[in-house]
Amino acid sequence: MTLLTPESLAQIDREIAKYPAEHKQSAVMAALRIAQTEKGWLSTETIEYVAEYLGMPAIAAYEVATFYNMYELSPCGRHKITVCTNLPCQLQGAGDIAEYLKKKLGIGFGETTPDGRFTLKEGECMGTCGSGPLCLHNNHKMYTRLTPQTVDQLLDGLK
Amino acid sequence: MPHIEIDGSEIEVAPGATLMDAAAQAGIYIPHFCYHKKLSIAASCRMCLVEVEKAPKPLPACATPVTDGMKVWTRSERAVEAQKGVMEFLLINHPLDCPICDQGGECQLQDLAVGYGASNSRYAEPKRVVREKELGPLISTDMTRCIHCSRCVRFGQEIAGMMELGMPGRGEHTEVMPWLEHQVTSELSGNVIDLCPVGALTSKPFRYKARGWELSRRRTVSPHDGLGANMLVHVKDGRVYRAVPQDNEAVNECWLADRDRYSYEALYSEDRLTRPMVRDGDRWVEVDWGKALAQVAGALKMLRDTHGGDAIGVLASPHQTVEELHLLQKLARGLGSDNIDHRLNHSDFAADAGRAGAAWLGLPVAELSNLDRVLLVGATVRKDQPLAAQRLRQAVKAGAQLSIIHAADDDLLCKVAHKLVVKPSALVQALAQVARALQEAGLDVGAVAASIGGVAVTDAARAIAGSLRGGARKALLLGSLAQQHPRAAELHQLAWAIGQASGARVGFLSPAANSVGAQVLGVQPAGGGRNAGRMLAEPRKAYVLMGVEPELDAYDARQALEALRGAEFVVALTAFKGAAPDYAHVLLPIAPYTETAGSYVNMEGRLQAFHGAVKPLGETRPAWKVLRVLGNLLELPGFEFDSAEAVRAEALPEGEATVRARLDNAVEGVALAHPAPVEGLDRVGETPIYQLDPLVRRAPALQKTADAAAPEVWAHGELIARLGLEEGGQVRVTQGEGAAVLRLRRDDRLPVDAVRVAAGHPLTAGLGARLGTLSLERL
Ligand code: SF4
Ligand code: FES
Ligand code: FES
Repeated sequence: MTLLTPESLAQIDREIAKYPAEHKQSAVMAALRIAQTEKGWLSTETIEYVAEYLGMPAIAAYEVATFYNMYELSPCGRHKITVCTNLPCQLQGAGDIAEYLKKKLGIGFGETTPDGRFTLKEGECMGTCGSGPLCLHNNHKMYTRLTPQTVDQLLDGLK
Repeated sequence: MPHIEIDGSEIEVAPGATLMDAAAQAGIYIPHFCYHKKLSIAASCRMCLVEVEKAPKPLPACATPVTDGMKVWTRSERAVEAQKGVMEFLLINHPLDCPICDQGGECQLQDLAVGYGASNSRYAEPKRVVREKELGPLISTDMTRCIHCSRCVRFGQEIAGMMELGMPGRGEHTEVMPWLEHQVTSELSGNVIDLCPVGALTSKPFRYKARGWELSRRRTVSPHDGLGANMLVHVKDGRVYRAVPQDNEAVNECWLADRDRYSYEALYSEDRLTRPMVRDGDRWVEVDWGKALAQVAGALKMLRDTHGGDAIGVLASPHQTVEELHLLQKLARGLGSDNIDHRLNHSDFAADAGRAGAAWLGLPVAELSNLDRVLLVGATVRKDQPLAAQRLRQAVKAGAQLSIIHAADDDLLCKVAHKLVVKPSALVQALAQVARALQEAGLDVGAVAASIGGVAVTDAARAIAGSLRGGARKALLLGSLAQQHPRAAELHQLAWAIGQASGARVGFLSPAANSVGAQVLGVQPAGGGRNAGRMLAEPRKAYVLMGVEPELDAYDARQALEALRGAEFVVALTAFKGAAPDYAHVLLPIAPYTETAGSYVNMEGRLQAFHGAVKPLGETRPAWKVLRVLGNLLELPGFEFDSAEAVRAEALPEGEATVRARLDNAVEGVALAHPAPVEGLDRVGETPIYQLDPLVRRAPALQKTADAAAPEVWAHGELIARLGLEEGGQVRVTQGEGAAVLRLRRDDRLPVDAVRVAAGHPLTAGLGARLGTLSLERL
């Protein structure tokens, strides 16, 4: 029994194939991302498993997992909403949107709703400053030019 | 070659050199933390910033390659301002705990802070605090002191071959730590203590014991494996407080194995023998030296006179010095006995008749790092010669092909090109295959040609032979298991033939600090006397033991103990009591290596002398003095020496040249038999790393490491299933009359029909031959 599904492993294999055989570990960032997408977060077991799969020491994979803040090292809600709070977004009202989200979900940054549905996170500039305020859903999908109404729609759509 | 100007002086430097190299060449010191000559360049601390003409910003000297015409200032106003700036940042989070820090007085940060630090800090906010990490019995942590130079991390990756520490986190949340709660297990782990420029990683046994400036440094040589690592012991009030490496590029570079570093603790073990003792019926009484020596001389004389010299057997440890071994063999021969040997753990002495000289490495130690083809035969080299293994890893990293023929596929922490993993009794057959493959390829395998015709060659053997045919610098090295093998002579003969045919140099990885010295000095039979195997198989009336614990050292521990118990007279010259009171009649306390002048000959034939670092403990005496007096009491000629140097001058008149003239790995005349591998299960009975000699056996911190765990029975999963045994359960191991009950563990790196049960440990001392057969049974 493997810790990751065959689909995830196939995706990781595709990443590994991009590098010379003796540099399998170059795929570590992608592999951790794929593992996180499947599991929701990176437990030590998952990190160890990925490291072994890539033939690298677990501590080295852990270094990567702790360096980038899009990797989650503790359990996280089904839907992770990351709001950019850097200056350009702030100037376009990101602060208000963040407040609105906090109030609506009843949690602060870095917290998860008791039903495990939402996690709210504070993010850094995502390079789309012209379209703020904005947020990222589960690291993959971005929602721009947020207003309280679009936030409501977004949250309603996430079960 | 580029010319550069550095601090006003013109120099020519090698192409590709960095500014740090150039400065070193010009004798200029550039402050640094992360840079280390043996590690890759991290350029993370920024302490080495210097000013370079036309560069808009100061550049890190450790990571900037020189270019022709470069002008560099290492102490200009701009450079010093940059260096002071870096220092201010480093100190922001560094605690002010120098008064209670073990690194105080020998701390790079402390030293550089004197030069570049401000006298008070502009930083008034709270400092960060980092949780301690439990790294095991050898290394203490004070992680708040870490400055993130990453030396310890790079050491693991690049030198120790296992990345046990990492630096998770980012920015000021970065912490050096192991994975989860793992402890460090590398046999070279202690080196991170020397590498750590601050007091974040320090020696656990030495913690709070003394301050650096109170200690005086005495040069010495490690008494453990055959590498002969150079070290300094640090001494205060006549006591050794720690051991650190002494740089010697030709031997240990700047490293020490943990065994060399931490064994000093045993010098003050409760088991130290500090007064001569004699047996009085069932009691032991302490006596003065005169009385003890008179009793020894009397007993030996009496036995010699009544039974002849052949009644006396002399067993010496290859960890004793040149001077001690020389006088001991002189004493034996003076008594008319040629029964002398240091090879207690050997079982086949047939090569003695045909060998051309003393078995040695066959090449300089430093060349191990530059080989391009290596074949290791029967070598658990990581545990037996940890720093030689480190050199081989460097060779592999540089592209060498390393192959193994062994009874276990242990992780060498590097790429292995080809392997033949077979049970011990099939080793000769495996090596013969390589010889045969060379022969099939049309090479002349000399004397063994006629006896290997019928050998069937496997693909692995053909691949090993093919690898040995390529490359320019190549070696075939025989390890401890090959040397102790019941058919060691055939292995030697085959190795020599393969070496002749392929152009590989043939060498022996010496297990002990003075294995080569002992052979050169004639501490083995020269005129038809009994070797160690025969001395114990055919019990003698008297035994003279020097530095040995036969119940642990001998190839067949059980047989050794029986021979000693049955003897009429046994005298043990020893630093520790151990089990000697059980079989000895007189115990003479002799000085360990720190308490006597002496010398060792390492595996490459290098003669390394040292002085006593401290005075002998209690009434202990240097063994050469004890033997001198004993020689005089026995009225033997030629025992008038007034110094260890005088003994050495007699033993090796031309010093190292005498040694070199006697080194030769050639062998001839060993007949090759082709018995089928022994039926049943073979024992793989090696000496564990921390059971090598009496000192390490008593070193408390080393004994707490994972490598010193009590012996267990290791077997392949298939064998466990076939025998219906249970992994983790207790099993009875039986070898002839001997038995032991141990826990069964699984190791699929072993051949299916071999079982690993360590020797050299009290729990397995009741078993028989190290490489004999055994049976397993469920309890
Ligand atoms: S523990 Fe020491 S060697 Fe390791 S990174 Fe920190 S300061 Fe450097
Ligand atoms: S500041 Fe928010 S995306 Fe750039
Ligand atoms: S020594 Fe150059 S950056 Fe650290």
